[in-house]
Amino acid sequence: MMASSYNAKEEDGHHSGSSSHGGPGAMKSKKPDNTAFKQQRLPAWQPILTAGTVLPAFFVIGLIFIPIGIGLFVTSNNIKEFEIDYTGVEVDSPCYNCAKNFSWNSTSSCLCSVNFTLDQPFESNVYMYYGLSNFYQNHRRYVKSRDDSQLNGVESNLRQPSKECEPYRTSEGLPIAPCGAIANSLFNDTLTLYYYPQNGTKLPVPLTKKGIAWWTDKHVKFRNPGGSANLSIAFQGTAKPVNWRNPVYQLDEDPENNGFINEDFIVWMRTAALPTFRKLYRIIQKKPNTTPTLSSGKYVLEITYNYPVLSFDGRKRMILSTISWMGGKNPFLGIAYITVGSICFFLGVVLLIIHHKYDTRSNSAEIPN
Amino acid sequence: MCQTVICCRVTPLQKAQVVKVVKKYKQAVTLAIGDGANDVSMIKTAHIGVGISGQEGMQAVLSSDFSFAQFRYLQRLLLVHGRWSYLRMSKFLRYFFLKNFTFTFVHFWYAFFCGYSAQPVYDDWFSTCYNLVYTALPVLALSLFDQDVNGRWSFYYPKLYIPGQQNMYFNKKSFLLCMMQSCYNSLVLFFVPYGALHDTVRQDGRDITDYQTFALLLQTCLIIVVNTQMFLDTWYWTGINHFFLWGSMAAYFALTFTLSSNGLFFIFPTMFQFLGTGRNSLNQPNTWLIIFLACLLCILPVVALRFIFLQTSPTINDKVRYKMRRDEVPAISPRRPATRRVSTRSSYAFSHSQGYGDLVTSQKFLGKKTPRRPLLFGQKEHPLGENQPQLFRTITEESEEQQSP
Repeated sequence: MMASSYNAKEEDGHHSGSSSHGGPGAMKSKKPDNTAFKQQRLPAWQPILTAGTVLPAFFVIGLIFIPIGIGLFVTSNNIKEFEIDYTGVEVDSPCYNCAKNFSWNSTSSCLCSVNFTLDQPFESNVYMYYGLSNFYQNHRRYVKSRDDSQLNGVESNLRQPSKECEPYRTSEGLPIAPCGAIANSLFNDTLTLYYYPQNGTKLPVPLTKKGIAWWTDKHVKFRNPGGSANLSIAFQGTAKPVNWRNPVYQLDEDPENNGFINEDFIVWMRTAALPTFRKLYRIIQKKPNTTPTLSSGKYVLEITYNYPVLSFDGRKRMILSTISWMGGKNPFLGIAYITVGSICFFLGVVLLIIHHKYDTRSNSAEIPN
Repeated sequence: MCQTVICCRVTPLQKAQVVKVVKKYKQAVTLAIGDGANDVSMIKTAHIGVGISGQEGMQAVLSSDFSFAQFRYLQRLLLVHGRWSYLRMSKFLRYFFLKNFTFTFVHFWYAFFCGYSAQPVYDDWFSTCYNLVYTALPVLALSLFDQDVNGRWSFYYPKLYIPGQQNMYFNKKSFLLCMMQSCYNSLVLFFVPYGALHDTVRQDGRDITDYQTFALLLQTCLIIVVNTQMFLDTWYWTGINHFFLWGSMAAYFALTFTLSSNGLFFIFPTMFQFLGTGRNSLNQPNTWLIIFLACLLCILPVVALRFIFLQTSPTINDKVRYKMRRDEVPAISPRRPATRRVSTRSSYAFSHSQGYGDLVTSQKFLGKKTPRRPLLFGQKEHPLGENQPQLFRTITEESEEQQSP
């Protein structure tokens, strides 16, 4: 049904001009301005989904994603990774005794060693991680239990830590430095690696402890109070966190790695997002000549077992891994890209068929008037 | 069955009662239009009251929701502005629910991995700025400027008005679809970064699976997905739309880098904890690959489904839009009735469905030769009963007719 209508524009001005009361100039016209903005006639781009845009887009996306996915998958497969779980759950595991006999008051540390063999040599830099499972560093109360001002070296917060750190704020009347549950649960196992070459005597593998934390963390976020002066004086009047064996100014002999700017501490304070995570522990630098960083053969991992995880059914592991341009070994992204690329391509074909079948019909379709 | 009713010589109260009857028994949205003080009660009773300002004074205008100077502007009000308003409102509502549900459902999935401790998966500053800064302006521009079909074509195809009458754009079904889409989006937005960041590290071996990087990644994915959805939803891109949309994206990145900068951290360390996160995570190719994948995975099903519906069952809206684009010339201006006498009635009641409307507007019963009709009420002194041509007072400038006796 067609509504009858008259040409709108020209009669507009005429009408309201003539229907206003009084003389032509007596009353201001209430007609809105005839600008493009007010009359909603602004120049605009009006896109619609046509086959000419959608179908090529699907095919192009499919054709781009599949090679990217293959590249990612191949890169991930070329990364070498080795993992040992040393929690000591089974009776026959080397750290079983350490795990079972753990007590908070023991003065001597428990040592255990795990032997393993590397089948393939590891080239270039090798990164050593410790991994924890079922450890919820992302729990809300845990995440907020820290004082960033104190960690930045602000003197007033050193003496009066923030209330968020409760109940790890004061200990025996003294403020705890560093306060909070995150600092309190610092990972304190010591892992060292030894290699058994052909002639038998075990060689220690050199482990670098510098360069494991983010640059911004080490140089901006974390600062020692009182500058780089004697740290034991700077931290006088504070207590160590409850679960630590040593106070914070005795974390390392190197003054660049002591106090709050200790890199292991910084790495731990960067809370993980998921309950299973790994944190960088040490770096094994690549050797200058073409020998592999870690040749294949027998190794032993010696562990000072200080960190109890069995009470909450957690697991500890040590991971040795090489790195690529996309990070660690994770085939998920590669597989996802290949899958999405193939689905896209297939969908493009399906849409092409649908378009072919229905387009001839809709072209001749009349718009009811 | 009678589909058009003409009531004349009614009192104001009776006018309002007619509207009430239609409201009550037809469950329809009613519109009443009038120009005099006697129309005020009718205008107030109807859902939408329209007043005509003119000869009869301003009473009708003062009590109405809309007012204009001539009766024929009603056509433009309904077919152009009313239609656009419904379209904009529905799009706005759907988009708003979509972006907020997507924002929120991600927390539901994260709860399974954070010990059900209600840890927010985004930065607090992001949560604050999300609805205020990052997604406010584009949706405002959409609801101010969007058009599907321009004014001229709206006149030419009045059937475009039907979706509004049948509530096709925002109803329970579309709300449910919107929720399902949000659910799917949130699944993709959480589990793709989860799978990709699980047990992986940066290019230099350092940490990438920390909470702050994860939050930043999810935030960025969310903003890009939500803005791409806005890109697909906007059908009329003025310069303002472009500026608001791309400006919001730029504002997101600018604010993220500012909030994680060193300067702000030194002033308020506990409030700006995300120091260095932007710099350290967004320079990894891994991160951008994740963002790219998550966004495409959210958007492609929408595009595919829309295309399929466009091809298999195009609505009249789609057909007119295609025609508009294909023809590239303005719609033929509707034929002017050359010899028809202009007579604009000032108030009467009529229904919207097809019926005797044509009969009424074609004024057949007012023609020079009127067939003799049997009188219904037998009132010989009534003008209709005597079959004399009915003369109306008009308020058009072409009125040559005299006042009715």
